[in-house]
Amino acid sequence: MNTTNLFKIALKAIASNKLRSFLTALGIIIGVASVIAMLAIGQGSKRSIRKQISEMGSNMIMIHPGADMRGGVRKDADEMQTLKLEDYENIRDEAKYLVAISPSVNSGGQFIYGNNNTPSSIYGVNEDYLTIQQRKIEDGEFFTEQDIKTAAKVCVLGKTVANNLFPDGSSPIGRVVRFNSIPFRVTGVLRSKGYNSWGMDQDDIVLAPYTTVMKRILAVTYLQGINCSAITESATDMAIEEITAILRKNHKLKEETESMEADADDFTIRSQEEISTMMNSTMDLLTILLGSVAGISLIVGGIGIMNIMYVSVTERTKEIGLRMSVGARGIDILSQFLIEAAILSIAGGIIGVILGIGVAYAINFAANMPILIQWWSIAMSFGVCTFIGIFFGWYPAKKAANMDPIEAIRYE
Amino acid sequence: MENHLPKKIVIELQNVKRKFIVGNEVVHALRNVSFKICEGEFVTIMGTSGSGKSTLLNQLGCLDTPTSGEYILDGISVRTMKRSERAVLRNRKIGFVFQNYNLLPKTTAVENVELPLMYNPSISAKERKERAIRSLEMVGLGNRLYHKSNQMSGGQMQRVAIARALVNDPAVLLADEATGNLDTRTSFEILVLFQKLHSMGRTIIFVTHNPEIAQYSSRNITLRDGLIREDKHNVNILSATEALSQLPLPLED
Repeated sequence: MNTTNLFKIALKAIASNKLRSFLTALGIIIGVASVIAMLAIGQGSKRSIRKQISEMGSNMIMIHPGADMRGGVRKDADEMQTLKLEDYENIRDEAKYLVAISPSVNSGGQFIYGNNNTPSSIYGVNEDYLTIQQRKIEDGEFFTEQDIKTAAKVCVLGKTVANNLFPDGSSPIGRVVRFNSIPFRVTGVLRSKGYNSWGMDQDDIVLAPYTTVMKRILAVTYLQGINCSAITESATDMAIEEITAILRKNHKLKEETESMEADADDFTIRSQEEISTMMNSTMDLLTILLGSVAGISLIVGGIGIMNIMYVSVTERTKEIGLRMSVGARGIDILSQFLIEAAILSIAGGIIGVILGIGVAYAINFAANMPILIQWWSIAMSFGVCTFIGIFFGWYPAKKAANMDPIEAIRYE
Repeated sequence: MENHLPKKIVIELQNVKRKFIVGNEVVHALRNVSFKICEGEFVTIMGTSGSGKSTLLNQLGCLDTPTSGEYILDGISVRTMKRSERAVLRNRKIGFVFQNYNLLPKTTAVENVELPLMYNPSISAKERKERAIRSLEMVGLGNRLYHKSNQMSGGQMQRVAIARALVNDPAVLLADEATGNLDTRTSFEILVLFQKLHSMGRTIIFVTHNPEIAQYSSRNITLRDGLIREDKHNVNILSATEALSQLPLPLED
């Protein structure tokens, strides 16, 4: 008996019992569809959170003054003045694993233009800030190196601030806005970046040279932080080590000796990778949870196939007897029923995949949840359902193959 | 129709015994059966229920093997064959006709007749269909090729079953009460067909408990309690065609 004939026989058997075949496959269809949809939601959420983290800045490393604890007392980071301009300059000049580095000082206050005003924050940065935060200038230009050197009173407006101060839509470039009482000439406007994942308006911001913010607004000599970007995500750890070494040397922190413990770091370094690893593991857990619930329904679908195949074998005892008497061997009968089970589960799988993708898009549309359908989730659920179909089809098929033709043909 | 020239022996049973163990009891279904059937014979095997004729039919049809003794079908010893080997042998050498037709439901006549050839990988789909059509034409159903089994009368269904039994050009046609479910007129029509096949040189074994049928065959074997009680050649074979013509015409509705 060749395989083509077996397929014809199996297809014929399925076609002559359309409703039953559909009901058999239904379990698999629902199982596969839910696996696909659940994984799409899990993966989609993961991707969207990842994207938001990476939008904060690619391969970002944040340096803050002060350790978390000192002498058992947790201190306000603003009070700590351990991070100096020299630290920034040393890191900038010595670190090999960084592509961009910018000091960070900020202050809040009221911006005024004409009879419009808006509260916002002014950030003292250099032009590497654009690279680190992955931002672009939409209009005008960023302030220059010269502006930083001279602590010029220039600024770049975020979109929200620009809209609030210039509600008529006129160009802010070249205009002079006031921050509290200090006048700033606007050199550019940032392209909008929208809200971040925790609901902060990333356009409600004004950028100015860090020298200006330090000298003219805050009147301080220390930095509130340093932000930098590692060359690649994988270089982040090496960059952190490098920065740690530079800062420890600058701050004259003692290394461990035989008689003394090492001095604790008086700064804190966080990388975006830490955050993203944490978020990833949370999202993976969610995906696994969703996937396994859906996986259970896939197994239930498989049991459905076994159940119906078992009934089908009993119901078709006479047919099996006839096939055997006209020359079907046990293996032919076994193959026929296995192929039937496989066709049902594969067809169910295909329909399930399509339905699952549809459901995922429907959820995306209706509930506005991010989705991501990955080929491996399709391949996996498809493979699993085929395996389940054959696995659960085996026992009824074996039962059919072992029938005695004499008894089977006379079965009523 | 019988002649005394030496003919090819299709079936040979030598001291075939078959016993079953039912609970603690041993049932001797066949005690010691020996006979030879030559090519072209139309043999009826008769016996009351419990005489062992079903067991004998299963032996002849290679559905079962003897407890002891030898069964040679078309030169092949069946006794030591495995299950799957016997399946292939049935596929090539035997055509079964059952009392209740045993057609596949919701399936056309052609597809039903094709069934045995589906299990023979050496036959192509094209040849399979051609042979099925030829076989159906032979039993007079050339105009019913694509009727489904549930759209046909009992007589037509039995003709499809006969066509199916003939499609693999078997060494022997085994009929098990093939007229048992049919009314008198249709029974005779089927008998006419069997006699036609006999005249074409087919070897036919017809198992029945109806002694009337014996008159239309060339040889009668009677079983009782697992032994052959009588084995005689029929010198005066009646014509089923004649019998059919003498039947009253069916009432028109």
